[in-house]
Amino acid sequence: MIDELAYMLTDPLMQRGLVAALLVGVTAPIVGTYLVQRRLALLGDGIGHVALTGVALGWLVGAGMGLVPQDELAIPGAVVAAVVGSVAIEIVRERGKTSGDVALALLFYGGIAGGVLLIGIAGGTQSNLMSYLFGSISTVTGADLVLTVILGAIILLVGLGLRSALFSVSQDEEFAIASGLPVRALNIAVAVVAALTVTVAMRVVGLLLVSALMIVPVAVAQLVTRSFARTMLVATMVGVVVCVAGLSITYWRPWSPGATIVVLAICVYAVVAVLRPLVVARRRGRQSDPHPDIPDDVELAAPGTVPAQDGRGTGGGPCSA
Amino acid sequence: MLVSAAPEPTRAPATEPTVVGQPVIEARGVRVRLGASDILHGVDLRVHRGEVVALLGANGSGKSTLVRSLVGVLPRTAGSVELLGAPLGKGVDWRRVGYVPQRVSAQSGVPSTAREVVSSGLLYGRRLRLPGGWRERTDEALDMVGLRDRAQDSTGELSGGQQQRVLIARALVRRPELMILDEPVAGVDQPSQEAFAATMRRLVDEGLTVLVVLHELGELAPLVTRAVVLRHGRVVHDGAPPAPSPGHALAGHEHVHPHDDAPTGAVPQADTGLTS
Repeated sequence: MIDELAYMLTDPLMQRGLVAALLVGVTAPIVGTYLVQRRLALLGDGIGHVALTGVALGWLVGAGMGLVPQDELAIPGAVVAAVVGSVAIEIVRERGKTSGDVALALLFYGGIAGGVLLIGIAGGTQSNLMSYLFGSISTVTGADLVLTVILGAIILLVGLGLRSALFSVSQDEEFAIASGLPVRALNIAVAVVAALTVTVAMRVVGLLLVSALMIVPVAVAQLVTRSFARTMLVATMVGVVVCVAGLSITYWRPWSPGATIVVLAICVYAVVAVLRPLVVARRRGRQSDPHPDIPDDVELAAPGTVPAQDGRGTGGGPCSA
Repeated sequence: MLVSAAPEPTRAPATEPTVVGQPVIEARGVRVRLGASDILHGVDLRVHRGEVVALLGANGSGKSTLVRSLVGVLPRTAGSVELLGAPLGKGVDWRRVGYVPQRVSAQSGVPSTAREVVSSGLLYGRRLRLPGGWRERTDEALDMVGLRDRAQDSTGELSGGQQQRVLIARALVRRPELMILDEPVAGVDQPSQEAFAATMRRLVDEGLTVLVVLHELGELAPLVTRAVVLRHGRVVHDGAPPAPSPGHALAGHEHVHPHDDAPTGAVPQADTGLTS
């Protein structure tokens, strides 16, 4: 067993994969915490769809330029498309509600359909396509890894360095505006960081499962925490554990790394959800009703009699009748 | 309508004694359009240093819309707003302004503690990171609203009134000179209302200027120096605090007359802040 682990860690392919998985495990839940807090849990999904078009455009440009590995520009293409797409989504979100919903749907489906179409035109195969949709950690090259590390560092810098400000805009945007904070710039920062996370995670879990790594660890953390800072910390730990453990499993089992990681994360959620009542009940035992004891507004009928129908809850409602 | 627009005849020069200092809020001809409807039709509002101005009016009269446009949350279609002598925008000294929005009962997705929420009040303008000693300042603000012992609790575990007090502490933590509050006592339990009134009394004594949206003057009545009443997006009264409409005396108003709809159980939704 120890020998096998040592073998795994000396495998350069696995080394690169583990570093990438570690980075994804740390960054995705940090960004995910902001997305969940602003009720944009599915934003990562949408960016992932748009990023596929970027990948395909990268292929197309690469093929046109006659680059030797045809997918040389796939990741840069994904970065550009994801950033553009996320800023577009943020602008739509800022503008309004109803029409924005449809605009987002168009962007998402257009992104994935356009990507599939363009990759075919650029000469990509079905398996190329699958590797972007569901991840292909075994194809991570040294250059990929360098780019991943740089992007990961940017995500951490913004996500942790601006934590208080990003918390403020995510928690109550109206108050943030009324505090004179640069709300639009901060919102765009969240969107761009989410886009970078999508491209970082693309190799590990694939564009279709990227969102799971941002959201599921946060969902796990939420079950047991009551502060924002703690939620982010626990989510990051869950993210790292499932990413590294999931990838390691696939060293011995011929399973898809992305799917293994996501299923593992959901299993952790299920286990924590089942165990949670035991922990939380003990902690909250001291008080369940936060309201102070104050006299009732209404006269309650004696037990056994029918309550009066006009016993209204408020003392001074509008007398419209 | 809960308040009558007619000024009390006994306090004749209503505008005279209100000029206390230079204006801290200066709004001229504010028009706001939301969707297809015009909500405000050219509202003028001036609040001077040291005043406590109550903004009154029925539901839909535009009170909340006005204060939200005063702090830049809602865009204006016309008119100008100056806060503390600077046009609304980057030039405003936001540290001196504390805003308390209407409480939204929906919880945000991630749990956050009272301390975390209050600490976000220490960020304003270009200040994007918490200053040193933020923890002490946050606890001090929570102490002012009587919630210091709940600092580590998730806001979801607090009652509606306590959540409202957390929002007030978030505005107080930066020690503002001007506070703008949007229905701070709507749907708030009696102990929280009393605690709120006591806190405001102390701050006003120390020189705080206040613009507060209210449905009824209630516990704040003794503090209010001037009332502005809106009706359908226009100022219809600006002067001494008006008396409540007949039949809506603040205290001892017995709600005794029968309602026809009682047997169906369809009790009309009370739309006042007077819940206790």
